Amino acid sequence: SEHACAGFYQNKKTFFSFFFILVCDPADVISTVEFNQTGEFLATGDKGGRVVIFQREPQSHRHFIGEYNVYSTFQSHEPEFDYLKSLEIEERINKIRWLPLHNPAHFLLATNDKTIKLWKVSERDKRAEGYNLRDEEGRLKDLSTVTTLQVPVLRPMDLLVEASPRRVFANAHAYHINSISVNSDCETYLSADDLRINLWNLNITDRSFNIVDLKPENMEDLSEVITVAEFHPHHCHLLAFSSSTGTTRLCDMRASALCDQHAKLFEEAADPSHRSFFSEIVSSVSDVKFSHSGRYLLTRDYLTVKVWDLNMENKPVETYQVHDYLRTKLCSLYESDCIFDKFECAWNGTDSVIMTGAYNNYFRMFDRASLRDVTLEASREVCKRRAVLQPRRVCVGKKQKETDVSVDSLDFRKKILHTAWHPKENIIAIAASNNLYIFQDRLTPNGHHNTPEIQSAPPKWQTQPNPPTY
Amino acid sequence: MAGAEGDDSLYPIAVLIDELRNEDVQLRLNSIKKLSTIALALGVERTRTELLPFLTDTIYDEDEVLLALAEQLGSFTVLVGGPEFVHCLLPPLESLATVEETVVRDKAVESLQKISQEHSPVDLEVHFVPLVKRLASGDWFTSRTSACGLFSVCYPRVSSTVKAEIRQHFRTLCSDDTPMVRRAASSKLGEFAKVLELDYVKSDIIPLFTALASDEQDSVRLLAVEAGVSIATLLPQEDLEDLVMPTLRQAAEDKSWRVRYMVADKFSELQKAVGPEITKNDLVPAFQNLLKDCEAEVRTAAANKVKVFCESLPEDSRETIIMTHILPCVKELVSDTNQHVKSALASVIMGLSTILGKDNTVEHLLPLFLVQLKDEYPEVRLNIISNLDCVNEVIGIRQLSQSLLPAIVELAEDAKWRVRLAIIEYMPLLAGQLGVEFFDEKLNSLCMAWLIDHVYAIREAATCNLMKLVEKFGAEWAQNTIVPKVLGMANDSNYLHRMTTLFCINALSEVCGQEITTKHMLPVVLKMSTDQVANVRFNVARCLQKIGPVLDSSALQADVKPVLEKLATDQDMDVKYFALEAISVITLINGHTVYDSM
Repeated sequence: SEHACAGFYQNKKTFFSFFFILVCDPADVISTVEFNQTGEFLATGDKGGRVVIFQREPQSHRHFIGEYNVYSTFQSHEPEFDYLKSLEIEERINKIRWLPLHNPAHFLLATNDKTIKLWKVSERDKRAEGYNLRDEEGRLKDLSTVTTLQVPVLRPMDLLVEASPRRVFANAHAYHINSISVNSDCETYLSADDLRINLWNLNITDRSFNIVDLKPENMEDLSEVITVAEFHPHHCHLLAFSSSTGTTRLCDMRASALCDQHAKLFEEAADPSHRSFFSEIVSSVSDVKFSHSGRYLLTRDYLTVKVWDLNMENKPVETYQVHDYLRTKLCSLYESDCIFDKFECAWNGTDSVIMTGAYNNYFRMFDRASLRDVTLEASREVCKRRAVLQPRRVCVGKKQKETDVSVDSLDFRKKILHTAWHPKENIIAIAASNNLYIFQDRLTPNGHHNTPEIQSAPPKWQTQPNPPTY
Repeated sequence: MAGAEGDDSLYPIAVLIDELRNEDVQLRLNSIKKLSTIALALGVERTRTELLPFLTDTIYDEDEVLLALAEQLGSFTVLVGGPEFVHCLLPPLESLATVEETVVRDKAVESLQKISQEHSPVDLEVHFVPLVKRLASGDWFTSRTSACGLFSVCYPRVSSTVKAEIRQHFRTLCSDDTPMVRRAASSKLGEFAKVLELDYVKSDIIPLFTALASDEQDSVRLLAVEAGVSIATLLPQEDLEDLVMPTLRQAAEDKSWRVRYMVADKFSELQKAVGPEITKNDLVPAFQNLLKDCEAEVRTAAANKVKVFCESLPEDSRETIIMTHILPCVKELVSDTNQHVKSALASVIMGLSTILGKDNTVEHLLPLFLVQLKDEYPEVRLNIISNLDCVNEVIGIRQLSQSLLPAIVELAEDAKWRVRLAIIEYMPLLAGQLGVEFFDEKLNSLCMAWLIDHVYAIREAATCNLMKLVEKFGAEWAQNTIVPKVLGMANDSNYLHRMTTLFCINALSEVCGQEITTKHMLPVVLKMSTDQVANVRFNVARCLQKIGPVLDSSALQADVKPVLEKLATDQDMDVKYFALEAISVITLINGHTVYDSM
């Protein structure tokens, strides 16, 4: 269905229902969320360097798609110290990217500021039994009883999920890594820091190629930094990277070994009427996502999300205001450093709906066809199991309804920076501080939104029935 | 702690078997490497029924263990009971061929290729071919990529029906959804083409080649280039133009630089494969384009091939083609903006002189050499200097010497010590080519200046260089030119320079011979034994130990021994240590000398 989500915007009354909360250890603020290619797995990385993988249980009820349960938890990165520069290297996981499926095991790349690691997560359900010189408890046997050789045999055991580090890609970044992206050739991936983008072969750890370098001869001439970089989903030679100046560049790796010369530059002429001290800060692009179709680019800056057609560089085809009411508050947001928050954005599986985070644990969705939008809240108070999410409204002046929230009462410490949308279905994962919320479209286990039955009743986003322990 | 009552011979094997599942990877690895010992002890029957099933399921292990296992199984045929039972090895290798680690898969495929030859034609169709088909239609791309490497080994030995199936499987893999499988197919296409009947090469391989060479992913297209070269060698000359050349021409002009790079990199092979006529008509213009490519990486690859390409041109038109088509491009490359391009060219350009002969070299190449000798990048100049011997044969080095000298001097004084080091290494070669007179006049002072370089590696290389020069020019030359200068440094106020004197003597004593060493060097060394810096003193001890064998026994007894004995009572621990070491070594040598002369 081309506009799978259109249904629930057509109905004005309720929108999403929702579903379940995963509560985490307070020390572990989630720093990245990512579904794998099939959506069966969801990985989160946190400030403590931990990666937690959730697996979706097989469908059991008629209306509930299987819920997500913890599949594996492992420590990916440890705090380190760079003795040459006297700098601490935090263990915080900045990004996680899944590799396309190789074999029954799953692979993902996780990075902190400096080091990228390739992890293999695999299952084992057999173990070897039968020693020649010891019994099963490990005690030495009486050697006189050992008269024949015994070959170990494999016996079934309880399923064991193991995570093992396969490769460590280190020492290639002088600045903090902000992005990693796996190429559609499934052989290479890129890593980007503030000034450079490197290209790696997934099998080679001791060498990478620098493909973009923005570092000026003299650091005083520095005018922009790279904020995000991503490969095109189908064309292995295309990559996009955005910068703090609000531009997004598309590079063609076929043209040249060094991609310093971009093929396209997506930039909207600044509106002189909005020109202010904060103009440049708020135009900095905090996230870039190619649409699944590969045709569009989604960019998030502080106040808006924009959709760009790869064929049109001079302006976005769509611009959505995320929280325009903050335009008058930029001064205090600057003082509290909130203005530098890096919100991510996401496409739904059919590229028809866009999602991105905001403050006060709110997140926003925009339907591209109907141009309707909705604000929802992810918080433990409202997200009861199987509860239906009620839309929120932020008002600038006087409250029109009881449920309206005034701009002045928004909590800027509660922010939703990291969000992810299941690659095919209407399931979303929202990280709010140390909580992970997974919401699913209650009535549409298979994404058939436009059946007449569903249109008559508003689709519900619903909390998952049993919150698993984290 | 071998079992006293148990069977002693079982014990070591029992340990090996138990360690197959030890916690420690290294122990598991050791055990796997001795798998043949285990199999031998178990006998063929138990190896087949117990050991192999166990190994088939151990694919959880570390890569290095799996790699060793994959390798071992390739030579396991005898241990499972000979060719009759070789198919028992297929299950473990099949599971190894599906793991995610490329090196392990490749090794498993290699072993499978090896044991395929040990299958009887019947077994091949009953056991091996079904395995290849299973891999080729596996769910995971890992198994499908492994299958690509196995078609060519079974194809020649199976019936025509099975052959048709194999061709069909290969075709399917060439249009696989995942680029990894298409890349594997693309890289094995040439190998597979070689075992196919010529008709099928034309009817099956050519369309596959054309498709892969126009794949949407450049990583697939670039691998097709190599396949194209292999296919070209298989086809009769008259078919090349229609079947291969359009695709190869397209590859040479591909939008992606990586594909063009591959063409440039494989150019010599390509030239050989298509023969002289196509080379003249097609490859020459293609090569010109590659030399003028907009991407420096491509120009670098092409520049590297200039000499080989020219050498392999058909003799009748070689000179004309070079002079009218290649040389103009080469001239442009000499002033390329990219240093790697110029550097690649500099490493081969001298080779053109032997092909073009004296007159052309003097008229056309010499000016280019001179430009490159003045290039701003040291690597370019070094590459020219390191290949001087080719020119020397054709026109003699004198033609170049006027430009050579400033180039050498500049490199000799380069701010980067690695550059200085590189030029020092070419000094003996240059000295040989330029002759002693020119050397004394122009280069000698440089060689001496390196001795007081502030980087130790340079001083060390300079010392070694002096030795090589003496080997070339002889002891008399040494005595007249370098020895006085070296010995003069013994009075330098900088102790590092004084030590350099000692290091030089270490290196020179043997090539200079007994007379010079005893008469000129020894007194200086002995005098330095009272140096106030301990580092100098202990290096005196080491130096005396080193030159001891060159001296005669009277000098050792009369001059060296007392000095070493005195140093052996030095206050400094290190001086004492080296002095005592020198005394013991020299006594030994001296003893032998006395003994020998009796």
